Amino acid sequence: MRQFLDFEKSVAELETKIFELQHVEQSSDDMNISEELKQLVEKADKQLIALYAKLTPWQKVQVARHAQRPHALDYVNAFIEDFTALAGDRLFGEDHAIIGGIGRFNGQTVVVIGIERGSDLDTRLEHNFGMARPEGYRKAQRLMQLASQFNVPVITLVDTPGAWPGIDAEERGQAEAIAKSIQTCLRTTVPIVTVIIGEGGSGGAIALATADKILMLEHSIYSVISPEACSSILWRDASQAAQAAGALCLTAQDLLKFKLIDQIIEEPMGGAQRDPEAAVASVKKAIQESLDELQAIPAQILQAKRRDKFLAMGRQEVE
Amino acid sequence: MSWLTEFVRPKIQGFLKKEVPDNVWKNCDSCGQMLLIKDLEKNLNICPHCNHHMRASVTQRFDWTFDPNSYTRLDLPKAPVDPLQFKDKKKYADRLKENKTKSQLDESIVVAHGTIEGQKAVVAVMAFEFMAGTMGAAFGEGFIAAARLALAQQTPLIVYTASGGARMQEGMLSLMQMPRTVIAVEMLKEAGIPYIVVFTDPTTGGVTASFAMLGDIHIAEPNALIGFAGPRVIENTVHEKLPEGFQRSEYLLEHGMVDIVASRKELRPTLAKILRLLSNTAQPSEKVA
Ligand SMILES: [Zn+2]
Repeated sequence: MRQFLDFEKSVAELETKIFELQHVEQSSDDMNISEELKQLVEKADKQLIALYAKLTPWQKVQVARHAQRPHALDYVNAFIEDFTALAGDRLFGEDHAIIGGIGRFNGQTVVVIGIERGSDLDTRLEHNFGMARPEGYRKAQRLMQLASQFNVPVITLVDTPGAWPGIDAEERGQAEAIAKSIQTCLRTTVPIVTVIIGEGGSGGAIALATADKILMLEHSIYSVISPEACSSILWRDASQAAQAAGALCLTAQDLLKFKLIDQIIEEPMGGAQRDPEAAVASVKKAIQESLDELQAIPAQILQAKRRDKFLAMGRQEVE
Repeated sequence: MSWLTEFVRPKIQGFLKKEVPDNVWKNCDSCGQMLLIKDLEKNLNICPHCNHHMRASVTQRFDWTFDPNSYTRLDLPKAPVDPLQFKDKKKYADRLKENKTKSQLDESIVVAHGTIEGQKAVVAVMAFEFMAGTMGAAFGEGFIAAARLALAQQTPLIVYTASGGARMQEGMLSLMQMPRTVIAVEMLKEAGIPYIVVFTDPTTGGVTASFAMLGDIHIAEPNALIGFAGPRVIENTVHEKLPEGFQRSEYLLEHGMVDIVASRKELRPTLAKILRLLSNTAQPSEKVA
């Protein structure tokens, strides 16, 4: 069953009608039904294209969080061959919010690290809704170090509401774990390509996104704070999230404009959730293009360029 | 490397000391006792009744850290002002203006260099009085400038942290200060320059989760709130009562996140001792990346 978002209501109605007609069509050879179906499909597609061409920032937030969007594990299962999940931070435990391991991407060995939020109640609970604990970030550090050691590139797939704000996380040094992850990204001697596939939630995201190339799916978001929390704090009113989403400039399009990300990956018509296979293929292609570019750069220059890229952020605004 | 060559030239900046009248009182934030401000300031803003360390201004921090008349403030580089044209109930541009007037500061970081018991050091102070010490682009530039000055002078960097976290009004530009400040820390580490963090109340969010937790040595003032998520956010998430002393300096000491919890009165001698112990040990590395 396709899950529709509130703003997709008109499309949902058309598609329900299409679904019913398809049912009728199977048991009759009325030419008129086929013709009507064709027209309805065209109409629905047209509406969908129009809707998605000008999604508001708040609508993008909802699309980015859509349960049927491909999540980190979907990408890994689709384009990492021989994926071998590796577990644990060797210090405390294993965090299921962050999945990671080694595998083959278009034939070459890579380290892949992804934040998985789950797609139904069971898997959401299993992955803690994509909110990682310190051991998750420490596992990620371990895997990035492993990548440097074996000279294989790193792919990170980011999709998180943020780092887990729990007593246990604080007790084990959530802040230190995130800080060290950023440091480890910067110290990594191999290319790092990050794709924001859904929601890039603040510190919990940047811990794995201090990369040579930061790619964002067309309708993904990346924000310093969730629009809901921002609304509560700055508007002192939780109902202003839509307005906050606009003010925060959290869309891929805004962030490219500010030169805070490198590239936008186009999504299939109506968003990645409508055609996960197509979305996965686009992401795969974009990652390979980034790797081709980055793997031609010597390690020392790569690291210096990575630093210069972050140091340059915001500076063009003053020049 | 561009980040090695374009360090910021220090500039002398004058400042005025305000005299507090003799008869101004204040209540202790913790025990409520009435205290004469003049006495309180002589006692480094520590309540003589309950040892509560009250917040301190930037000037106080410098005065308490450096040798008398030994320090010079650094003129900090420019940064984008209100890049998002952010507006909530109020325009960010107006908030900035108000905060400048109220705090008499340009941003949430002030940097100076001078001597501590004769040892040279660069000191960066986060100003909680300026938009709750939040980290935006100007903060990032200031922090990077402080690190570059320390690098150019080959002197240690000491940072006093105090922050409510990210500067929401600068959106992702604020978040990007996390890797940017970590890069500044990395430059110091590669050059073998000591980097000491002094946590003061409160230090939370992206500041804790970036440069603050990467010090060579972590010192915390007593009972300072230090964490990633704020206590209220945690309470609302886990629906549990937070443990006694949770996220306070002593808790972090117990959990291995800080080296020393030092009373404000011990801070200067402690810093000076560490500077002496770590001076002349640094071997500036040739390596740039
Ligand atoms: Zn008191």
